[in-house]
Amino acid sequence: MSASHDPQRREALIRGLGEILPPDAVLYEHEDLRPYECDGLSAYRRLPLAVALPSTRAQVAAILRLCHRLAVPVVARGAGTGLSGGALPLTDGLLLSLARLNRILAIDPTARIARVEPGVRNLAVSEAARPYGLYYAPDPSSQIACTIGGNVAENAGGVHCLKYGLTVHNVLRLTVLTVEGEELVFGSEALDAPGYDLLALTIGSEGLLGVVVEASLRLLPLPERQQVVLAAFDEVGRAAAAVGAIIAAGIVPAGLEMMDNLAIRAAEDYVHAGYPVEAAAILLVELDGTNAEVSEQVMQVRELLLACGATEVRTARDEAERELMWKGRKAAFPAVGRISPDYYCMDGTIPRGRLPEVLAGIAALSREYGLPVANVFHAGDGNLHPLILYDANRPGELERTEELGRKILELCVAAGGTVTGEHGVGVEKLDAMCVQFTAPELARFHAVKHAFDPAGLLNPGKAVPSLARCAEFGAMHVHRGQLRHAELPRF
Amino acid sequence: MGQGAVDADLTAQIAERVRAAYAQGTPLAIVGGGSKLWLGRRVEGEPLEIGGHRGVVRYEPSELILSARAGTPLAEIEALLAAHGQCLPFEPPHYAAGATLGGTVACNLSGPARPYRGACRDYVLGVRIVDGQGEVLRFGGEVMKNVAGYDLARLMAGAQGTLGVLLEISLKVLPRPQAELTLALELDAARALAQFNAWAAQPLPITAAAHVGERAYVRLAGAEAAVRAARLKLGGEELADGAAFWRSLRELTHGFFSAAGSLWRLALPPATPVEQGLHQCLDWGGGLRWVLSEAPLWDHAAARGGHATCYRGGRTAVFQPLPPALLALHQRLKRALDPARLLNPGRLYPEL
Repeated sequence: MSASHDPQRREALIRGLGEILPPDAVLYEHEDLRPYECDGLSAYRRLPLAVALPSTRAQVAAILRLCHRLAVPVVARGAGTGLSGGALPLTDGLLLSLARLNRILAIDPTARIARVEPGVRNLAVSEAARPYGLYYAPDPSSQIACTIGGNVAENAGGVHCLKYGLTVHNVLRLTVLTVEGEELVFGSEALDAPGYDLLALTIGSEGLLGVVVEASLRLLPLPERQQVVLAAFDEVGRAAAAVGAIIAAGIVPAGLEMMDNLAIRAAEDYVHAGYPVEAAAILLVELDGTNAEVSEQVMQVRELLLACGATEVRTARDEAERELMWKGRKAAFPAVGRISPDYYCMDGTIPRGRLPEVLAGIAALSREYGLPVANVFHAGDGNLHPLILYDANRPGELERTEELGRKILELCVAAGGTVTGEHGVGVEKLDAMCVQFTAPELARFHAVKHAFDPAGLLNPGKAVPSLARCAEFGAMHVHRGQLRHAELPRF
Repeated sequence: MGQGAVDADLTAQIAERVRAAYAQGTPLAIVGGGSKLWLGRRVEGEPLEIGGHRGVVRYEPSELILSARAGTPLAEIEALLAAHGQCLPFEPPHYAAGATLGGTVACNLSGPARPYRGACRDYVLGVRIVDGQGEVLRFGGEVMKNVAGYDLARLMAGAQGTLGVLLEISLKVLPRPQAELTLALELDAARALAQFNAWAAQPLPITAAAHVGERAYVRLAGAEAAVRAARLKLGGEELADGAAFWRSLRELTHGFFSAAGSLWRLALPPATPVEQGLHQCLDWGGGLRWVLSEAPLWDHAAARGGHATCYRGGRTAVFQPLPPALLALHQRLKRALDPARLLNPGRLYPEL
C-alpha cells in the first residue's frame, strides 16, 4: 500500500522529520505543498506527502535513513527549473529540497577549484570566482536560478559546451549520500580517481542513484577577450552549412547558436537586440581567447560566413552590444512565451550534418499538425530546441502537441541522434526512451539503478522507462534509426 | 594485428564467444594489441582476442566525431586525423606498437595535455559493448550532447574491460593547433609547481607543463598570435624538438624512467607541495607525479587527497585500495553488467 493511502506512514514520516528538522523546515499542509507541485515542466503537477528543507548534510543523511526505514520514496529538488519533470513530486513520496544547502564552502584560486553545496546557484559560483579571474564554465540559460545539484543531476550544458564541455567535464568530485544515508566520495580533486568512473555515472543520473551534498568544481581563467559575430541568412540550410564550414576551418567557437525566423522575431520584439527580423536564420558566433587570437579568428569567421552566403555579418562594437546580442538568444524561450499562450520545448540532438534535413522534417511536421514551431538551438553541437507553440485551453491541443513532440524526437533518433541533449528524460521522455534503447539496454540501466538503490526509493519511475511501459507504448521493435513504416515518406 | 591488416566486423563472433563463455562459466582475458597487458593485475582466463575487430566506421571531420572498432590501431586513427588537420586532444600514450583504441579507452589513458584539454573519458561520446552475458549493447551515441540514460559509455573508460568488452567507440576529436612550441626554463621543482599553478589561472595557451631533472618544460599551442604573445610573457628557451620531449614523457621512454625500481604514478591535487627526498618528475602541471620508490605509496597519496598506481613492478596490487563501502558498490556494479564475473576478472581488484 502506498504511503499516500496509508495515513499511519504519512504520520510516521512527518513525526520523524519533526525530530530531524526545525518546524519551519517541514511542510505538509496542502497550501504549503503547492509551490512544489511541479518543476519547469508545468504540464505535470502533483503534490508530495511532505516537503523537507534541510540545511545541513547531517540532516539530509538522517532524512534518507528515515525514508529508507519507512520505505518512502524521495525526490530531490534544487531550484525546480528542470524542463523534463525530473523533480516532479510523487504522491506517496517526500520532496527533498536542497535549496538551503547553499553555502560556497571554499574558492581555492591556486588549485582553481570551488567547493560548494548542492543548493548554490550556478551563476553564484562564477560570481564568487570572478575576483580571482576565474569562472565556472557550464552556463545553462537558467543559470541565474538553477542550482549546482540540479546541474549535476541533469548534466546541464549551456551555450559554451562545444568548447568547454558539459557539467560532466567540469565537476571533479562529488560527495554523495546513498539511499541508506551513507556518505561516498566519487572522483577526486586530483585529475583522476581509482576504480570505476562513478562521477560520470552519477552526473546526469537525474537523482536516481544518490543525493549530492557537496561538489568540487573546476574553475577556468576568464578569457582575455570575448567577441560575438552575428550573421543573417535568407535560408536556414545556408546557415547550417556555415556552421560546418567554421568547424571544418579548424575554429572551435566558444558558442555557436542559431535561431530561425519565428524565434528571431519573438526575441527582437521582446528585448530589441537589433536582430534582422527579415532573416530566415541568424547565427551567433562567440570567439574567446587572447586578444590577438580573437582578432585573428573574427576576421576568419567573417570571411567564412560571407562565403557561405550570409546576407549580413555584424560584430558587436562593445561589451554592451555583445551582451544585448546574447540577451536575445538567452531570452528566446520567454520571448516565444509572449507570442503564444503555451509552448513546449524539445531537446533533441543530431549529428550536425543532418541539420538541414531534420529542420525540413520539423517544418513538414509543423504544417501537418497545424502547430507553429520556433527553432532555437546550439548549432555547434547539434542540440535542437524546437519550441512548439500551442494553446492548452483548446481541447485536444496539448495532446497533439505532445504527439508532434514525440514525432520530432523520433526524427532525431532516426537521424542518428538522441531524444535529450541536455534537459533530461524525467517523466517527459520516458516513451521516447523506448524508441532510443533496446529492451536489454534498458534492463542494464535498471540493473545499475538496483546496484545503487536496491529498494528503488530514489526518484522512482523517472529517467528510465519500465520494460512493461515500453511494451505498452508499442515501440520496443522500433530499433535505432529503424522507424516503423520506413517506406512511408515523412516529410 | 600488424600493418595492412584487413578491416573486419567481428561483432557476431565476439558476442558468440562471450555467450559461450557465459554458458560454461569460463573467465575471459580480453586482448587487443597487447601493449598494456602489464598495466593491471594478472588475469586468469581464456584469451579473447579483439585485435581483428578493426576499422574506422565513421569519420566526418566537420562533425568533429570519429567512430572506430575497438581493435583499430591507435596509430592508424592518429594518422587519419592528422591527414584532416585534427587530433585526439588527450594525446594518449601507446606504450608499444600495436596499441588499439579499445585498450586506450579501457585504460582511460591520457598524455601531457590532460589537465588543459581533458582526459580520454572526456572525449568518449558513445560505445558499443558486449556485456558479461554476451549481449551487444549501445550507450551514448555519435552526438556531442546526450543525457538519455545513465552514462555507461564513460563508465567503460578506465573499467579495463571488467564491465564489458568494448566493440566500438565514438570520440569527439578537435582541430590540431595551428602553432605549437615548447619552452624550457631553469627552475627547481617547487618553483616550477608554483609557476604551473599560477599560469593555469591565467588565460594562456598552455597545453602541457612538466618538470624533469632541474628544468621545467611548458608547451604552448593554439593560434599563431596567441602562442607568440605567450612565448614572450613566459620567457625561457625554445626547445628544438619539443614533440620528442613530450613523446618521451608520455611513453615513459625519457631517461628518468630508465632507473631501476618500482615506478609509481601519483595523481594528486595539482597544488600539492613537492615532497623533498623523492626521486620524481612532474607532469600534468603538477597533477601527475612519477616516483621511483620501493616502498608502497598508497598511504602517501591518499593522505594528500590523491591516489597511487604501481605502474611498474607490481602485479598483485596495482591500483589504490578502495574504501570498503566504495568497493562494495563496485562489486554490485560489476554484478549488474557481468553477473558471472567473467570479463577480465581481477584485473582492477581481486574482488571485481
